[in-house]
Amino acid sequence: MQLNITKDMLNKKNLKKIGKKVFEKIVENIFLLFACISVICVALIIFYIFTKGSPAIFKIGLGHFLFGTKWAPTQGIYGILPMIVGSIYGTIGAVIVGTTIGLFTAIFMAEISPPWMVKIFRPAIQLLAGIPSVIYGFFGLLVIVPIIHKFYGGGGNSLLAVIIILSIMILPTLISISEISLRSVPKEYKEGSLALGATHIQTIFKVMIPAAKSGILTSIVLAAGRAMGETMAVILVAGNSPIMPTSLISRVRTLTANVAFEMSYASGLHREALFATGVVLFIFIMILNIVLNFIIKKAGASVK
Amino acid sequence: MSTRIKDRLLYIIICAISFITLGILVWIMAYIITKGLPYISWEFLTTDYRGDREGILPSIVTTLYLIIISLSISTPIGIGTAIYLVEYSKPGKTIDVIRFAIVTLAGIPSIIYGLFGYMFFVIALNYGNSFLAGGMTISIMVLPTIIRTTEEALKAVPKSFREGSLALGATKLTTIIKIVLPSAIPGILAAIILSIGRIVGETAVLIFTLGTATGFPTSIMDSARTLSVHLYMLAKEGLSFEQAFATATVLLIITAFINFISSKIALNIKRFAMGSKN
Repeated sequence: MQLNITKDMLNKKNLKKIGKKVFEKIVENIFLLFACISVICVALIIFYIFTKGSPAIFKIGLGHFLFGTKWAPTQGIYGILPMIVGSIYGTIGAVIVGTTIGLFTAIFMAEISPPWMVKIFRPAIQLLAGIPSVIYGFFGLLVIVPIIHKFYGGGGNSLLAVIIILSIMILPTLISISEISLRSVPKEYKEGSLALGATHIQTIFKVMIPAAKSGILTSIVLAAGRAMGETMAVILVAGNSPIMPTSLISRVRTLTANVAFEMSYASGLHREALFATGVVLFIFIMILNIVLNFIIKKAGASVK
Repeated sequence: MSTRIKDRLLYIIICAISFITLGILVWIMAYIITKGLPYISWEFLTTDYRGDREGILPSIVTTLYLIIISLSISTPIGIGTAIYLVEYSKPGKTIDVIRFAIVTLAGIPSIIYGLFGYMFFVIALNYGNSFLAGGMTISIMVLPTIIRTTEEALKAVPKSFREGSLALGATKLTTIIKIVLPSAIPGILAAIILSIGRIVGETAVLIFTLGTATGFPTSIMDSARTLSVHLYMLAKEGLSFEQAFATATVLLIITAFINFISSKIALNIKRFAMGSKN
């Protein structure tokens, strides 16, 4: 009798143990399910953007769509080359200006400034990163655009305004990542260079920047992605005429602006062409992402 | 001698450019706040936007609603994902795919999210321009931020905490809920505040999904405009720059406040992490 009870209890204990294990396994799978939501979202986004966007490309013709220099929806002409060129010019310009300013500021923060000044710079740069893009656009519209108009004429809405606003917007990305990578250069490199008689400035430019190359490159590619994807700030300062930009002060329209600007009233093939513009933008961003992954992987390999 | 001059020159250039960076921030802040502050009044903050009333109360309410809706969707998913990545996952194909997805989500520009939200939630699921469509789209957009920041916070919890708990006979789930998560709360809070910052500043997504209606929102299927969208519409219409400046000032103050809080939390995390090492 007694033996039976203990056996029963043992069984119950076993059952409980098994139950617990099953429960733990279920919980683990629930967490896995949560983790899979991101994958599902990416799949959905890619699926929707491409299925809704690509029909227009085939209807218009890939060549006409990508290399057509005229965008006139009312006449049924859809060429997005001006927007592709506009986006590329804007991004390259912003990256050149932004990297110059950003890298020097990062050098200042990592190597030159006294610690108390870093305590002012760092929150300032974080704040710069937190300011909503529409405020940058608003500032550009009311300050940068009139200044350009004053000096160069032509209304001021221009490629130059886009480049200036974008380069301000990407500064925080460039500065914070470059600063971190400059700070993580091994001390021995710097000391070795100084011991060999190089000056501090020479050490920074000849030793530290080459050593921090992969971090700086990462910041540049990330910043390029941000610049290319920016919409609202660009719309407010670009002028948005779908024409090939011929100079710094000509009006431009970027890919992002093309999508956002006409979406509210477009229909039929016109709307599909806007979706297709989204596809082209998405491909550009994916290319930048792949480059980014490549840089990070290469940097990881060189550390190993 | 020439090296010395070159050094001196570069040194001056570096300093000058750094102060230009700082100057840009001061310029933007000062310009908007000095122009906007005079127009901010109690009436501006507490009336609606209709007829001759130019208040921003509906936009403030909309922004708050949107934050609550988006975060109540994305926070559980984000934390769950981070727990899986840190506590359960083993190296392999699954984890590679999940990581790739998170990196991709983080790199997608907001206009693409807007386009997707419009095609999927607004049109395909027939939600229309509504809080539901806007909230869903935004919660996907902030997911990478929440996952990454929570992940960092979970990783910062010392291993000894987990081992101690497991050694006392607690199950893995109990350990996570009672030991790991409470220690990671500051980090999770930082994730939430970072996301709030992104939601407050977002425009491109919301114009397509939440729309631009000016009234007070009454249900989850209503269209409305957040502060950022309101500012964009004001700037684009160009009718009243006074209102635009005032709205921009309110936005800037909110942004600065969010930044202040998140840096305070980050400081606490640092102290916690350093304390636990000793």
